[in-house]
Amino acid sequence: MRTALNLAQTIRTDKSVLGRWWWTVDRWTFMSIIVLVLFGILLVTAASPSVAERLDVRPFYFVYRHIVFLVPTLGLLLACSLMSRKTAWRVSSLTLVISIFLTGVAILMGAEVKGATRWVHFLGLSLQPSEFIKPAFAVTSAWLIARHQHEPDFPGHQLATGLFLVALTLLMMQPDLGMSFVLSSIWGVQVFLSGLPMLWVLLLFVTGVVGLFSAYMFLPHVTSRVDRFLDPASGDNYQVQKSLDAFRNGGLFGTGPGHGQVKLTLPDAHADFIFSVAGEELGLIATVFLILVFCFIVIRSVIRIMNSEDMFIVLGTAGLVTQFALQSLIHMGSCLQLIPAKGMTLPFISYGGSSLLSLGMGMGMLLALTRKRSQASSPPQWNSWYEFLNAGEGGTDDDND
Amino acid sequence: MRDFLNISSRLSGRHGKDIKDNAAFHASSLLRAKARLVMVVTVFMVGYLAISLRLADLTLLRAKPAEDTGLPQDVRPLKKPLRGPIVDRNGNLVATSLAMASVYADTTMIENAPAVARELAAILPDEKEPEILRKLQSGKKFIWIARDITPRQEYKINALGHPGLAFQEEERRIYPEGNLLAHLLGYTDVDGNGIAGIEKAHDADLKAGDKTVRLTIDLRVQHIMHRELSAAMKKFSAKAGVGLVMDVDTGDVISMVSLPDFDPLHPGDARDAAMFPRATLGVYEMGSTFKLFSMAAALDSGRVHFSSEFDATKPLHYGRFTINDYEPKHRFLTVPEIFIYSSNIGTAKMAEYIGTDALKSFYRRMGFFDTVPVDLPERGAPLYPRPWRDINTLTAAFGHGVAVSPLHLVRAAAALVNGGIMIKPHLVQTDEPRRLSPGPEGERVIKPQTSLAVRRLLEMVVAAGTGRKAYVEGYDVGGKTGTAEKNKGGKYEKHLLVSSFLGVYPISNPRYVVLAMLDEPHGTKDTWGFATGGWVAAPVVAKVVEQMAPLYHIPPDFNSHDIVREMAMYLKDAKEGKSLASVGTDR
Repeated sequence: MRTALNLAQTIRTDKSVLGRWWWTVDRWTFMSIIVLVLFGILLVTAASPSVAERLDVRPFYFVYRHIVFLVPTLGLLLACSLMSRKTAWRVSSLTLVISIFLTGVAILMGAEVKGATRWVHFLGLSLQPSEFIKPAFAVTSAWLIARHQHEPDFPGHQLATGLFLVALTLLMMQPDLGMSFVLSSIWGVQVFLSGLPMLWVLLLFVTGVVGLFSAYMFLPHVTSRVDRFLDPASGDNYQVQKSLDAFRNGGLFGTGPGHGQVKLTLPDAHADFIFSVAGEELGLIATVFLILVFCFIVIRSVIRIMNSEDMFIVLGTAGLVTQFALQSLIHMGSCLQLIPAKGMTLPFISYGGSSLLSLGMGMGMLLALTRKRSQASSPPQWNSWYEFLNAGEGGTDDDND
Repeated sequence: MRDFLNISSRLSGRHGKDIKDNAAFHASSLLRAKARLVMVVTVFMVGYLAISLRLADLTLLRAKPAEDTGLPQDVRPLKKPLRGPIVDRNGNLVATSLAMASVYADTTMIENAPAVARELAAILPDEKEPEILRKLQSGKKFIWIARDITPRQEYKINALGHPGLAFQEEERRIYPEGNLLAHLLGYTDVDGNGIAGIEKAHDADLKAGDKTVRLTIDLRVQHIMHRELSAAMKKFSAKAGVGLVMDVDTGDVISMVSLPDFDPLHPGDARDAAMFPRATLGVYEMGSTFKLFSMAAALDSGRVHFSSEFDATKPLHYGRFTINDYEPKHRFLTVPEIFIYSSNIGTAKMAEYIGTDALKSFYRRMGFFDTVPVDLPERGAPLYPRPWRDINTLTAAFGHGVAVSPLHLVRAAAALVNGGIMIKPHLVQTDEPRRLSPGPEGERVIKPQTSLAVRRLLEMVVAAGTGRKAYVEGYDVGGKTGTAEKNKGGKYEKHLLVSSFLGVYPISNPRYVVLAMLDEPHGTKDTWGFATGGWVAAPVVAKVVEQMAPLYHIPPDFNSHDIVREMAMYLKDAKEGKSLASVGTDR
C-alpha cells in the first residue's frame, strides 16, 4: 500500500514532460477525442471497402491509409498540446503563412480534383494546405486581437482582418465555399467576442448573408446544390437520398457495425457521408451518443477557460471550438438534409489525411490553451511588442509556473 | 510615433490610464468576451439539438420497412417461388424444380489463385484445375466457376472461406422419368419459362409455384406403351412411332408416346427429328383406319345397312384415277365384307352413294378439319383438299387425301365407340368435381345404334380379319388396321408406309382406345416381309392391352360370344362354308 501511495505521489509530482502534460491537460477532452478516433476507425472500416471497390483499389486501402494518418495526427495532437501559449502562437503564425503560401501555389499549379484546385504534392503525399489555414488562423488571429487589447495601439484587428481577407480570397478562388464559411465564422466569432459593437455585429451578419446569397447567385455549383436542396425533385439528389435511406434503415439500434446495406451504394460513404453510415449501422442511440461527445468537447473546453483572465486563451479557444463545432454541424446537417449538401469532413471520424492532420493540430492547440494553470497566475503583462516576442523561457509565461 | 521598444514602461493605454484602470478594462472586456462565447456556444448547442431531433425523426418516425433496403439485385435473396411440380394421374412426380447453387468468383478478391484452384478442383470433379485457374486469373469481377453444384459441394466451397467466391441461387428443372414424357412435358428455358409442351401450356400455374399440375397420363401405361412401341420400332427398323391410349368416356389421355424422343434435361442435344411431337403435331394420311369413319358415316346416314351390297367386281375408274383393291374379290360385297376385306372399291362406292356433302359434314363432326382442342401448344392442323372435288370423296373414304394427327384419330374413334358422343381430350386433370353421371359428355355425333354397329365391325376385324394379331386371350379387343403409302412429292411410294392399328377394348363395353403407329416400318422374316398395320402395329396394341387391363382391374372374359357366327348372315364366304381366315393381308 505504501508503495502504491508512493507511486501515486511520484506520478503526481512527476516533473517529466509527459507527466506534467498528463496532470495539466484536459484529460476529459483528450479522452473524448480518442473516443471519436475509435468511432472513426470503426466507421471508415465499415464504409470504405465499397468505395474502394468502386475506385478499383484494394478493399482496405482507405482503412490502412486512415490508420497510417492517425499516427502523425495523434503525434501532432500531443505535440501541440504540449506547447506553451507562446510556442502555440509562433507555430500557428508560421503555419498560417506557409499554408496560405501553399494554397496559392496549389491554385496556380495544383491538380484539379472534383472541380477544385486544393492539393499540393509533397514527398509523395497529397496535402490540402488550406485545411491548415483554419486552426492556424484561429490561434494567430486570437493572439493579434488579444495583443490589441493589451496594447491598444497595436493594430490587432486590422492585421487579423487582413489575414482573414487574404485567406478568404484564396479559398474562394479554389473554390471552397464550406471552408470559406468556417473561416469567416472563426473570424466573425473572434471579433464578436473582442467587443465589436452590436450594430457592427448586425452589419457583419447581414454581410455574411449577402455573401452566401451572392455565392448562390454567382457560383454555379452552389446554385445547383441549393436548388436541389430546396426542391429535391429538381435534379440529381442520389447521394442525399441514399444518405436519408441509410438513417431510415438504421432505426433505433442500427443494423450493427458492418451490416449496413444502404452504405454500399453511398458514393462518399467514407468521408463526406460517414455520419450516415453511423446512422445506419449504429442506430439512433449510438449516433446521439456521438453527437453528445461533440457537444461535450465544445462545452468542456469553454468551461475550462471561463476562469481564465487571458484574452488570447479565450479568443483562441473560441476560434478553435467554432471550427470544430461548425465542421461537425455542417457535416451532420448535410447528411440529414437539414442544409444544402456541403462536402465537409466529420472531425476525427471521416477519412481524409489533411483534414485529420489539421484537426490534430487544431485540437492540440485547444488542449494547450485549456491546460490547467496555476490559480495564482496573473494575467500576462507585456510592455511591448518587443518584450512579448523576446519573452524568455523563464519569463512571464505562466506555463512555467 | 510611439516607441515600441520602450522596455522600462509598465504602462500601456492610449489615454494614459493607470494600471488599475487598465486591469478593470481588461476584466470587463474579458467578461464580455466570455458572455458572448456562451452565446456562440448556445447557438452550436441548438444546432446539435436540431441534428438530434432530425435524427430521431428519420430513424424512428420515418423508419423503413426492413425488406426494402435498396439492395443491388444480385445479392437479393431468391424471392421467386420454385416452379411447381407436375405429377401423373396417380401422383408420381414427373417434373420438379430444385434450388441449386452456382459458384462464381470475383477474381479481384482472390489472393492465391493457384491454391484456390487446387482446392476447388478437389471439390468439383467435373471442372479441370487449369481451367479453374485460368478463370481465377482472368481479372474479372464476375466469372462462373461451376453451374448447378450439389448442396454438399456448395457447403464445402463455402467452408473454404474465400471471400472472392460466392454463390448464386438458381433453379434447375428436373424430369425424374427422363425421356418417358419428353414431348408431352416439354421443357423450360434457362430463365425457367416453359417453352414447349405442358410446361408452356400451364406456364402461369407452374410459375406461381403453389399449384401442382396433375396429368391424366398413367406412368405405368406410359411405360408399357413406350417399351412395346420402342421394341416394335427397333424390330421393324421404323423411322418413328406414335402410341396413344385414351379413355373413351372422359377423354383422358392415359398414354401418349412419340418416338424418337429426347432427354428433357438436355433438349439442346437432341436431333430435330427427336424433338418432333408426332402424336399431336404430326399429321398423317391414315389409310384404312379411316374406313371406320366413312363406314360410320354411311351407316349413320340411315341409307346404308349391313345387308347393303356394293359392286366391287372391277376397278373403279374416275377421270385419270384408278381405284384398286389389294385382294380383289371381283363380286358384290356386303357392308361388313367391305370393312373386313378392307375393300377400297367398295368403300369408295359407298361414299359416292351417300354423297360428298354427307361425308364431308361427317368428317367435320369428327373434328378432322380443325385442330384438336387440347391444352398443348403443339397441335397439328389437318390437311384436306381445298377445293374438295368428288374424287376426293372417294379417296378420303379409304384414308387418302386427308391428313390428321394421331390424336385426331383416337379422339374420333373414341366418339364412335362410346355411344356417339364427341369428347374433348384431356392431358391435365382439372379441379372440377367428378361427374356423378357415368358416360361421356359432349356433342352427340352419331346414333347409339351406329356406335353399336361400328363396334361389331371392329370386333370382326380382330376375330376373323386383318387385325387378328391384336387378339388377346380373355380380352375382347376390336380394331382396325391401317397401312398408308406415304406421299412423297405428290407421288405415293409403295414401300414407304405408315402402318397402324387402332384398337378398342373391351369391345363389348368400350373403355379405352389404343393406337399404335409406325412410320416407315420394314418387314422381317417373321412377318414374311410384310410391314402392314396388321403385322407390325396390331401386336403392339395386343401387348399393351394385355399388360394394361390387369392394372385397371378389367376382368378377363373367356366365355365371349362368337362374333363370326353372329355376323355370318352378312358374310357370303361364311355362308358358303369357306374359311374366313383367308381374308389375307389388308392394306
